[in-house]
Parts: sequence; structure tokens; C-alpha cells
Amino acid sequence: MDTIISITSAFTSVALAAAVIVGFVFVNATALGYIERKLCGRFQRRIGPMEVGWHGILQMPVDGIKLIAKQLIVPSHVAGPLFYVAPVLAFAPAALPFLVMPFAPRIQVLAMEAGLVFVLAVISFNTFAVFLAGWSSNNNYSMIGALRAVAQNISYEIPILLSLLTVVFLTGSFNLSRIVQVQESLWFVLRHPGAILAFLVFFIAAIAETNRAPFDLPEAESELTAGFHTEYSGIAFGMFMIAEYTYLFVNCCLATAVFFGGWWGPTLPFGQYSSCIWFFIKAYTLVFIVIWCRWTFPRVRFDQLMNLSWKYLIPIALGNLLLTALCTKL
Amino acid sequence: MKRYIIELVQGGASLLAGLGVTLRALVAQPVTVPYPRKKLPMQPGFRGHPMLVRNPATGAFTCIACGTCMQRCPSRCIDITAARTESGTKYPARFQLDFTRCSLCGICVEVCPVSGLAFSRSFAMPHRTREACKYDLVTRGEEGT
Ligand code: SF4
Ligand code: SF4
Repeated sequence: MDTIISITSAFTSVALAAAVIVGFVFVNATALGYIERKLCGRFQRRIGPMEVGWHGILQMPVDGIKLIAKQLIVPSHVAGPLFYVAPVLAFAPAALPFLVMPFAPRIQVLAMEAGLVFVLAVISFNTFAVFLAGWSSNNNYSMIGALRAVAQNISYEIPILLSLLTVVFLTGSFNLSRIVQVQESLWFVLRHPGAILAFLVFFIAAIAETNRAPFDLPEAESELTAGFHTEYSGIAFGMFMIAEYTYLFVNCCLATAVFFGGWWGPTLPFGQYSSCIWFFIKAYTLVFIVIWCRWTFPRVRFDQLMNLSWKYLIPIALGNLLLTALCTKL
Repeated sequence: MKRYIIELVQGGASLLAGLGVTLRALVAQPVTVPYPRKKLPMQPGFRGHPMLVRNPATGAFTCIACGTCMQRCPSRCIDITAARTESGTKYPARFQLDFTRCSLCGICVEVCPVSGLAFSRSFAMPHRTREACKYDLVTRGEEGT
């Protein structure tokens, strides 16, 4: 009897967590879409969406309904089931990193020992979905976009890993909540010069990894129509968009947890739960910076993209890692 | 190695300068307005379709139907039917402007001996048919557009 109760209670908590996380993914993507459009407008001295709801606040939900209601146009030349699987593959794993994200001391679904590795593994899964989308679309633009995505992700995974390893060397743990706990007195980015450099490398590489401007070559509109998602319409396209915004937020959460002290901030009542506010403030500030960069810098050329990773980020991250390792040993 | 570091520093500085530019744009007032609800003042140099000018004292058109504009229009889009008042002065009974062909070159406005033509300020002139784009400036002028 006891086992049945414990199994059902475990099941309920898992189901609850899944519902909350999936709900959060949708709300987050909608909110980020609105914020991005509004900010983009202001960066270009426009006013952005204004028509639907107060200051256009309902624009994104309405757009979402439009996408869902729209007909899914499937070109006759696409590669059957793979074409349908790709958007689901992009969208479905996007929620997984939130399972191990330590939002507050008590708000973490799974305190996994290898949490950091898990997040990185899930993030790189997106490349697979993008490649599948480009391949199955059977279209030159999509294919080139997909190939670019793969090349880009391979080159930028390395600096991401190297820069995160710097912090792992400092803490000696892959467990995200442990990494946050260590930063109680001071955030890593303030404490250690190596961590500042690691953060910069991580931040640039993370923008490239999520395929956002100035590194949005897989979907470069001016050259490739829409790149890997050229053939997708309706909600299939929407799924790619939700995935993009979710991965963007996941990367910012990761940076918050690893470099910016996660939930640490001035003490709040019910700090075990409410300190997640600090986490979200930090994460959304980073999201703002990413959006700011997107609307400031023009898209890089492909050779520049490769140069940036192989000539600058990787050597810098590697040198930084070696120096930090030396410092911690001495 | 030296070049590498110089490139890195200069590149970083230019990136920061770029971020500064957009940040200033972010906090500045937007320059666009939500069009149908709010409108910006029209620029003084704007060229709408040519229209007939009225004498502010009498309220009548100053045009004397001399036909100079009709002759000089490079697109041949003006067609005037002249008439005479009882006192013998000529006036345009019909002044047709085929706006589908008008290039807004302004020659008609310049050559008029009595400054009888000017550019209007109207820009939103959607029409469903080609015929609707042929304006009779006499009646149009009376409508005040
Ligand atoms: S503006 Fe030029 S084209 Fe238009 S009616 Fe006058 S002379 Fe003809
Ligand atoms: S508008 Fe001027 S140029 Fe044209 S017919 Fe009248 S008076 Fe002559």
C-alpha cells in the first residue's frame, strides 16, 4: 500500500512539474516574442506592436492562435515523416533543461549530479532537429541553412564547453545547485578574472549556438529565404520559434547559474522559494543583452563566423582554462 | 601576436560603440506614429496632385484657361475646356487631370502666368478604377481636396 501511495505521489509530482514546465515554456516564448518585438521597435525608433490589447500586449497570443489555425502546407517534394518529426524534435527537448535548473534552493525538479552536462547535451540536440528539418525539406536553401547550422554548432560547442569547464574547475562539480551554492559570498564573474573571460566566451558562443543574429546564418533571410525552416508553415514554424526562444532562455539561465550566482541576492521572506525572483531578474537581464546585440550588429560572414570561433574564442577559452587550472592548483 | 591583440581590442571597442548607439535609440523618443490614429505634419515640399488655386479675395479660381499648362505638360495629362463669363473673361469650365500619367514634374505649376496651379497636400487617394483617377480639378477644387 505504501509503495502504491509513494508511486502515485511521485507520479503526481512528476506530472505537476511537467505541466508547470511546459506551461512556462509557452508563456516564456510568448513573452519573449513580445518583448523582442517591442524592444526591436524601440531600438529602431519605432513603437512596435500597438494594436492588439494595451500597447499590443496580446499581439503574440493572437499570432500564436493564427499560427495554430493556419493550414500546414506541405510541399510535395519533402522527405515524408522526417519533415513532420523535425519540428517536434526541436520543440520537445526544449523543456528538459528546466528539469535540472536550480531556480531557487527548493525549486529544482531534479538535483542531478551531472546537471551541467545534461543541459549541454539537450541544447546540442537542437542542431539535430535543425539538420533534419533542412534535410527533409529537400530544398537548396533549407539544405544550405542546415549545413551551416551543423558547422556553426560544432565550432561553437567547443568554446561553450571550455568556458563552462573553467567554472567546473573552480567548484569541482557538475551539479548546478552546488555551483550556485558555492557562489554565496560572491558571484564567480566578480570573484575570478578567469570567470569573467569565461563568461564573455560563453556568452558569445551561446548566441551563436542558438543561431541568433549576428550569427543567424542558418536562417539568413537575405541569402537563404528563411534557411532551414523555409518550407514550414503554421504551427510547425511556430514550434521552431518556441524552441529558439526557449533555448535562448535556457542559455541565459545557464549563464545565471554558473557565472552570476543563480538565486543569490538580498534575502527575501520564504527565501527557499522566493529567491527564484533574483534568478529570473538576472536571466531576463541577460536575455535583454542578447536582444540588444541582435538589433545592433549586422550578420557576420561565414568565414568570419568560423574565424571568430577557431581563432579567437577557442584559444582564449583554452588558455583561460589552463591558467585557471594552474591557479586553483597553486 | 601584436596584430591579434590590437584587432581584438579595436574590434571590442567598435562593438561597444555600436551597442551605445542602439542604447541611445532605445531611450530616445520613437519617431514613427501609429498612422491612421495619429498623423505627422506634412513636409512643406510635398507634391500632391496639381490643383487649382483660388483668389483669396473673390474665392474664384485664378486660372484664365490660357492652356499653357495643357501644352507644356510632358505627359499630356491636362485637358481644359474653356468658357467665357458675360464680361468676357475666360475661365476653365472643365479642367481634367489624368493622374495615372502625371509624373508630378511641376512644369504646369511653374509655367502658369497667373500662378493658378499648386501642389495639393493629399496623398491617400486610393481608387478602384482607372477612370476614377481622372480628376476634374474644377469640381475637385470646389470640394476642397
Ligand atoms: S505635374 Fe507635370 S506631368 Fe503632372 S500635370 Fe503638371 S506638367 Fe503634367
Ligand atoms: S492653370 Fe495656368 S497655365 Fe493652366 S490654363 Fe489656367 S492659367 Fe493657363
